[in-house]
Amino acid sequence: MFAPGSDPGPSFFELLRRTTPDALPGGNLPRVNLSAGGPSPAPLEVPHGTTIVCIKFAGGVVMAGDRRATEGYTIASRRIDKVSQCDHWSAMAIAGAAGPGMEMVRLLQTELEHYEKVEGEPLSLEGKANKLSQMIRANLPAAMQGLVVVPLFCGYDLRKGEGRLYKYDVTGGKYEEADFATTGSGSVHARNWIKAGYKPDMTAEEAVNLGLLALFMAADEDAATGGPDPVRRIYPTVAVVDLNGYAKLAEDDVERRATEILAGRSSQ
Amino acid sequence: MSMPFYVSPEQVMKDRADYARKGIARGRSLVALQYADGIALVAENPSGTLHKISEIYDRIAFAGVGKYNEFEMLKIAGIRHADVRGYQYSREDVTARALANGYAQTLGQVFTHEMKPYEVEILVAQVGEQDGESNEMFHILYDGTVMDEHGFTVLGGQAEAITDALKADYAEGLDMGAAIRLGSKALGSPDSREINADQLEVAVLDRNRSRRKFRRIEDDEVDQLLAG
Repeated sequence: MFAPGSDPGPSFFELLRRTTPDALPGGNLPRVNLSAGGPSPAPLEVPHGTTIVCIKFAGGVVMAGDRRATEGYTIASRRIDKVSQCDHWSAMAIAGAAGPGMEMVRLLQTELEHYEKVEGEPLSLEGKANKLSQMIRANLPAAMQGLVVVPLFCGYDLRKGEGRLYKYDVTGGKYEEADFATTGSGSVHARNWIKAGYKPDMTAEEAVNLGLLALFMAADEDAATGGPDPVRRIYPTVAVVDLNGYAKLAEDDVERRATEILAGRSSQ
Repeated sequence: MSMPFYVSPEQVMKDRADYARKGIARGRSLVALQYADGIALVAENPSGTLHKISEIYDRIAFAGVGKYNEFEMLKIAGIRHADVRGYQYSREDVTARALANGYAQTLGQVFTHEMKPYEVEILVAQVGEQDGESNEMFHILYDGTVMDEHGFTVLGGQAEAITDALKADYAEGLDMGAAIRLGSKALGSPDSREINADQLEVAVLDRNRSRRKFRRIEDDEVDQLLAG
C-alpha cells in the first residue's frame, strides 16, 4: 500500500520502479556519466536481432521478422521470434540487443494488462505507443553501452477504425508512419522492396506476401538477416492485427507462402 | 483529567467485529458457484461501472462486498502482487492461495491494529486449467479469517438465507446459464424478489478460454441467460 503522493497508479512500470527497480530491463547496469566525456565502455557482445518490417493494409497492419540473432559474426540463434503480441489489439517487434528487447516486450505486455485490470478498460493505441516510448528512454543508459533496443509497434485503433504503426529511435523518439516501417540491419534493403511493391489499400494477403518478399531480399543482401531455411523448415514469423485483434500466421501457412514466393523468383 | 477506562480485549474485538459486520450488512450480497466449465460470480450491483468483481490474473478473479473504496484498494493490491510475481517468476507461479494468504495477513493486521477494521468480505477464486484440476475458492472475512470453500459460497450480510436457498438447488456440473440463473434466484430469495439483469454484475472464470479465463458477461447476455 502506498501513500497518496507516491502511488504508482495504474502503471506497472512505475510500480516496479518504486518497489523493485532492479527488475527493470537495464535496471542494475552501472550508470554511465554521459557528460564526463571519458572513454565509453566497450560494447557488450550479446545476441542481436536483425530485420523487422511492418506494413499497413486496408483493414489493419502486418508485422513480420526474420528468425536470426547474431553475436558478432556468429549466428546466436536461428529460431528467435521477434514478433510478439502486446495485448489483444497490438503487436511489437524487436531489433537490436535481443535480451533487453525481450524484457521490454514482457514489460510492455504486463504494463498493458495491468492498466486494463486496474482501470477496468484498456489504454488507447496512442497511449500504448507513448508508454513504449518511455520504456525505450529508460533504457538509454544501457543503449549507451551497446544494448540498443529499437522496436516497431503496431495495432488496430478501435476509435479511428484503422491499423497504425510506429517506429522508435534509441532515445525513445516515436514516429508514426502512414504506410510502412522497417528497422534492423537489413532494413534498408527491406524498405526498398516494400517501397517498390507498396500500394495504398492493399489486402492483408498482399501485405503479408510483400513483407515476406522484403525479408527474403534483405537476407539476400545482409549477412545478419536470416533467409528462408527449407532444410530446417524455418521461415519468418508473421502476425496480422486487424478488427478481430492479433493473429499469428501458422508456421505451415508461412512455409506455403514462402515456397510460392521462392518458386516464382527461381524461374526468372 | 479523565481516567482511562479498562476495556477487556474480548470486548474490543467484539465491538470491532460488530462494527465490521454492520458495515457489510448494509450492502448487497454476492454468490460464487462452480459450474461445469469453471466458476460463475453473480453479484447484486445497481452500478454498471463500479465493479464488485474483477480480474486479477490469468486464472484468478477477485470479488468483494461491503465498503467499495476498501475492497477496491484490496483489488488493486492483489493485481500488483500478482503482476509483480508473474513478471519476476512466471505466469504459472501466481496462485490464489498466495494471494489469499496475503489478503488474510493484511485484513488481520488492520483488524487488530488499526482504529477501524475494514468493512469488507472478499473472495479469491481460481479456476483449474485442465479437466480434473480442481477449482479453488478462498473466502476471507474482515478479521482475516480464511475459509477454503467448495461448490459455492456467499458473501455479504444475507449470507445465511442465501446459502440456505443455494443448498436446496445447487448441484455439481451445472451449465453456465443454469449456474447464473440459480445465483440470481438465490440472491433474491431472502426477501422473495426477482432481480433484473441491469441490477446484476456477472462474470465467469471459464477454463475453455485461452490464457485469460476471466470474462465479464454484459447485461444483454445476462438477460438472455436469465430468460433461457
